[in-house]
Amino acid sequence: MHASADSTSRALEVRGLSVTFATRRGPVPAVVDVDLQVARGELVALLGESGSGKSAAARAIMGLSDRNATVGADTLRLGDTDLLSLTEQGRRRTRGTRMAMVFQDALSALNPVLSIGDQLGELYREHRDMSRKQARAASVDLLAQVGIPAPDKRVSDYPHQFSGGMRQRILIAMAIALRPELIIADEPTTALDVTVQAQILELLDSLRRDLDMAVLLITHDLGVVSEVADRVMVMYAGRVVEAGSADDLLSRPAHPYTEALLRSVPRADRRDATLHAISGSPPSPANQPAGCPFHPRCEYVIDLCRTSRPALTPLEDATARTAACHRSEEVRHATV
Amino acid sequence: MPPSELVLDARDLHKTFHTGRSGLRRARVSAVDGVSLQLHAGESLGIVGESGCGKSTLARMLVGLESPDSGSIVINGKDVTKVRGRDRRLMRAEVQMVFQDPYTSLDPRMTVLELIGEPLVVHKRVTGAAERRSRVAELLSLVNLAPELMHRYPHQFSGGQRQRIGIARALALEPRVLVCDEPVSALDMSVQAQVVNLLRDLQQRMGIALLFIAHDLSVVRHVADRTAVMYLGRLGEVGDTDVVYDSPAHPYTQALLSASPVVDRSRRRLANRITLAGDPPSPSDPPSGCRFHTRCRFKQDRCASETPVLRSLSDSKERTVACHFAEEVREGALAG
Ligand SMILES: Nc1ncnc2c1ncn2[C@@H]1O[C@H](COP(=O)(O)OP(=O)(O)OP(=O)(O)O)[C@@H](O)[C@H]1O
Ligand SMILES: Nc1ncnc2c1ncn2[C@@H]1O[C@H](COP(=O)(O)OP(=O)(O)OP(=O)(O)O)[C@@H](O)[C@H]1O
Ligand SMILES: [Mg+2]
Ligand SMILES: [Mg+2]
Repeated sequence: MHASADSTSRALEVRGLSVTFATRRGPVPAVVDVDLQVARGELVALLGESGSGKSAAARAIMGLSDRNATVGADTLRLGDTDLLSLTEQGRRRTRGTRMAMVFQDALSALNPVLSIGDQLGELYREHRDMSRKQARAASVDLLAQVGIPAPDKRVSDYPHQFSGGMRQRILIAMAIALRPELIIADEPTTALDVTVQAQILELLDSLRRDLDMAVLLITHDLGVVSEVADRVMVMYAGRVVEAGSADDLLSRPAHPYTEALLRSVPRADRRDATLHAISGSPPSPANQPAGCPFHPRCEYVIDLCRTSRPALTPLEDATARTAACHRSEEVRHATV
Repeated sequence: MPPSELVLDARDLHKTFHTGRSGLRRARVSAVDGVSLQLHAGESLGIVGESGCGKSTLARMLVGLESPDSGSIVINGKDVTKVRGRDRRLMRAEVQMVFQDPYTSLDPRMTVLELIGEPLVVHKRVTGAAERRSRVAELLSLVNLAPELMHRYPHQFSGGQRQRIGIARALALEPRVLVCDEPVSALDMSVQAQVVNLLRDLQQRMGIALLFIAHDLSVVRHVADRTAVMYLGRLGEVGDTDVVYDSPAHPYTQALLSASPVVDRSRRRLANRITLAGDPPSPSDPPSGCRFHTRCRFKQDRCASETPVLRSLSDSKERTVACHFAEEVREGALAG
């Protein structure tokens, strides 16, 4: 059942990943000891509060971290390739063709002085040996796939001439252009309305089904997660605090943060005076509380939580479920 | 409720862009086509609609970043349609905008202290460095960011943190009209709830008029007193939020609502969601008559030739609809 354990089907394997930013006010440990696997054809959703380290982890996997970042990992493999042993040049080659990322900031990730057609076409000409004309036709095709209306007319437009949601889709088009083994999509549908979003999710879904593409989807949208994810990982303050199959995790969260997150989803079919927010603010990565980092905001807090940080451990009765909470069994059963 | 003061009155706004390279292929994009909106003090108006339907263009015209081809904008009784330069800047203190693209709207060379503090200094709301710093700290806490982060640059923040910096910046001058373009799209549910509750609270307490653009219908339902549904540059339905959500009378509103995702694995809808028929039409070649007719389940001959105007339905003044068959659509009586 758990394809990720099987080495032949493994697309991405990450162990012990950490990212620390150097700032004027000292080091900021944004990602701490994160393990992560994605099997071929699998869609793993990475959830977590704003600032919890999702993008930092994704960029580190891609080898595209900020200059002030220090990245460490015990294992970092793409299929059979050990990314840690590659040269910078080898890493760059892998990036365009075998792994691709959809960035969270759509506009800043596009080149403002090149038309969309030139940016997409360049990928095909460089990696697929296409002629200018073939590349253009392929680009128009791709824009149509991501739902840009009248793609043949818009292909020569520049990034600033597109709406926010269109830019986001253009980035998705660039990421899937060369059919990579792994796509990391960082909040790829935030600017999209539900109908276009459904179209993009269907596209990602069909790519992984038909081409066995592995997808790591970073999102805060629980609606999206519940529709497409096979497995879910939840990050809090730089660490993974809960992981498991989407079905089990979403219906029976075992970490109080996940549980509170599920409770804060607004609903379109009714109106509440105020939305449910988790009280307090997330800890700043630079000065984390002792014990469990979630304890100052936790409804289940006990003395132990204030002094000892719970490790990510398997749950008793559920296969392949892990949670980092001293009271995970209670949390899990409280929410049945 | 006594009728409160009209703070924003936009009439019949039009905006067309020229796209593509010059020459034969040059296309015109009709981004906003005859939109009128009124906003009263202390009121919130939500705008929803598909990606690329003209929401940001409308917002940019309202705050004076883009000038309409035709139509008029009156703010606090003053016609500002043609006002440019210094007067416009002064007026802008009263009308602030939170941008859709948080990264590109923040100057990368300025620290957060400078970014948020700048308008305070320009408009003489603070005197001295200490006062500026304490006001910026206060604004950062409002959006749940640690004040100690004020010395960082925009690129050193996560996506959701940047979005909140944009909100803090817009709130700095205590505007009378706040235009928010997808202000919470990059935030996780819990932080989203905090920001939405904050905006709602400010709007009610300080009498701010709030224009809230979002693709997430459930968020709009919680924020907006009235909701406007936009399709391809035009308004399809405008009215009291509960009325619009509970008995949508435009076929497009109905389609939007039916596609809203739910967090419930057993009700996954990716496969059987009512998607709209056909592709979104191109704004460079908008359909004749009702612009929605090419995808409408209820389409009749008349729809392709005659443009429906916004009108109230016989039994209620609470909303207006631009559909020839709104009464029947609302009752669900038309054969689909
Ligand atoms: N270049 C940098 N220098 C210093 N700190 C940084 C830098 N980039 C990110 N950070 C900090 O690292 C933490 C993690 O950031 P990251 O972008 O990974 O968050 P995220 O989980 O993607 O959040 P969001 O959902 O808001 O995008 C944040 O606290 C952020 O402020
Ligand atoms: N500067 C510009 N030049 C040319 N076309 C433009 C320009 N700005 C916007 N457009 C076009 O106008 C249309 C409306 O864009 P707008 O940004 O208003 O959409 P939107 O409703 O905000 O969409 P989204 O939800 O994706 O942000 C789009 O087709 C877009 O490509
Ligand atoms: Mg991020
Ligand atoms: Mg927009």
